[in-house]
Amino acid sequence: MRLRSILDFPLVTADEPVVYVLVKRFDLIVNILRAQILPDRGGELLVDLEGPDSALEEGLAYLRGLGVGISPVSRTVTHDADRCVACGGCVSLCPGKALAMGEPDWLLRFDPDRCVACGLCAKACPTRSFRTLW
Amino acid sequence: MPITKTIEEINARIRAGSAVVLTAEEVARMGETASPAEIAARVDVVTTATFGPMCSSGAFINFGHTTPGLRMEEITLNDVPVYGGVAAVDGYIGATSVRPGDPEYGGGHVIEDLAAGRPLRLRARGRGTDCYPGREVDTWITKDTVNEIFLFNPRNAYQNYGVAVNSSARTLHTYMGTLLGRLGNASYATSGELSPLLNDPDLRTIGLGTRIFLCGAEGYVAWPGTQFHTSRERNEHGVPVLPGATLAVVGDLKEMSTEYLRAAVFEKYGVSLFVGIGIPIPVLDEDLARRVSIRNEQIETTVFDYGTPGHDALGRTNYARLRAGELELDGRRIPCSAQSSLSRARRIAEELGRRIRAGAFTLSAPVMAFPTGTSLRRCPDPAAAPAAAPLGGAK
Repeated sequence: MRLRSILDFPLVTADEPVVYVLVKRFDLIVNILRAQILPDRGGELLVDLEGPDSALEEGLAYLRGLGVGISPVSRTVTHDADRCVACGGCVSLCPGKALAMGEPDWLLRFDPDRCVACGLCAKACPTRSFRTLW
Repeated sequence: MPITKTIEEINARIRAGSAVVLTAEEVARMGETASPAEIAARVDVVTTATFGPMCSSGAFINFGHTTPGLRMEEITLNDVPVYGGVAAVDGYIGATSVRPGDPEYGGGHVIEDLAAGRPLRLRARGRGTDCYPGREVDTWITKDTVNEIFLFNPRNAYQNYGVAVNSSARTLHTYMGTLLGRLGNASYATSGELSPLLNDPDLRTIGLGTRIFLCGAEGYVAWPGTQFHTSRERNEHGVPVLPGATLAVVGDLKEMSTEYLRAAVFEKYGVSLFVGIGIPIPVLDEDLARRVSIRNEQIETTVFDYGTPGHDALGRTNYARLRAGELELDGRRIPCSAQSSLSRARRIAEELGRRIRAGAFTLSAPVMAFPTGTSLRRCPDPAAAPAAAPLGGAK
């Protein structure tokens, strides 16, 4: 299975070659979509982790053992459908094609599994209907 | 014999509950198989609608007099500047006015908050005159405490609008939304075959005094909108391929709903207002039947490159292609999306249709037709400006 997650690293783990270990020891496919170190939060990695369920579980256990926080993207970007007027301004900006509109109702559909948490939608939304947790 | 109807005849049917009312989308589908003559015979009214950000919007407010009297010269609502250069306690809050230092809150929000019935902080100052000795006031108002508050929008319901792209290397933040560099996306802004002035492109039935749906309330067309341009190039289906006519509209904000009126923020551009407008078009004859059955693929518009100083025109597309989500330009496929909400526009067209069928909304004939042959002027270059008069006029 594939898991898109935001990994939060305490600064003390900065020396640990996490991605190397996930690939080498757990044989996971790691696709890094974004990586940054923030002074007030430590390190943050937006990744796709892919592999057999058992290997994925072991890899996640390894990460938790290091004190790494694991949260699915769906919990870091939220869309308020009541606030949204479905203008569509965000749709053509979305690099992951997580946002779509069309027949029959032309309401905005948000697929968190495709979201790369870039935040373009949140900045572009005229009604400020997106919330991001970073 | 060709069918002709009058607005009075259609209103009689509305009152009798027998008028046939369709949305412009429904009649466009009907037009795929039915002839204009058949449509004219079967349909009485077609409802059109749009819900998009319209910067040229605002509201006049009369705050009521204070004790002692105050001539309000500098006015703010929730710290957003309100124009006070009219009578003592009249003001105009424009949609794009912003709270100094806070680009996330402006006139659009003030108008939405007022429509929602929320209290707003009013602060005003005046110099003090013999008739208005007061100097300042700091209080709270709602739409129920003020005497009048009416939306008066100088330019709404644009008849067509260009598609925006950006060929430059950097992302641009515009009133057409975020435009990614190197033609990364495209942005358009009308409701196509549902859009009011594309369904009556010669404004045969829309003029001064036309009753409309304005943000949930009954409103009126008050004047030709600013930048009213009726000389644009038209395609073989009779619609302009560039921004054409516009409408100035007026209506009571106390009766409006935030479902059809919303503040808008455009990153690094400013604040605007989503305005929902619905206009009923009486199907008086075959010509109008043909007009209202226009389809997205027949409505073309021009693509402009906001990445060049002159916003160069790059080509033409139509609304069927835009709705499909991709624009083809120089062999490249560019993802595109709208700035105006089709789902809200449909809701407005349906709601207006319900009101007409219920006999609660009748049609009004314009009391003045709008001009033809108009075009746009540019602001004079300083070198070419008319001879300068001394500041302050003839002193």
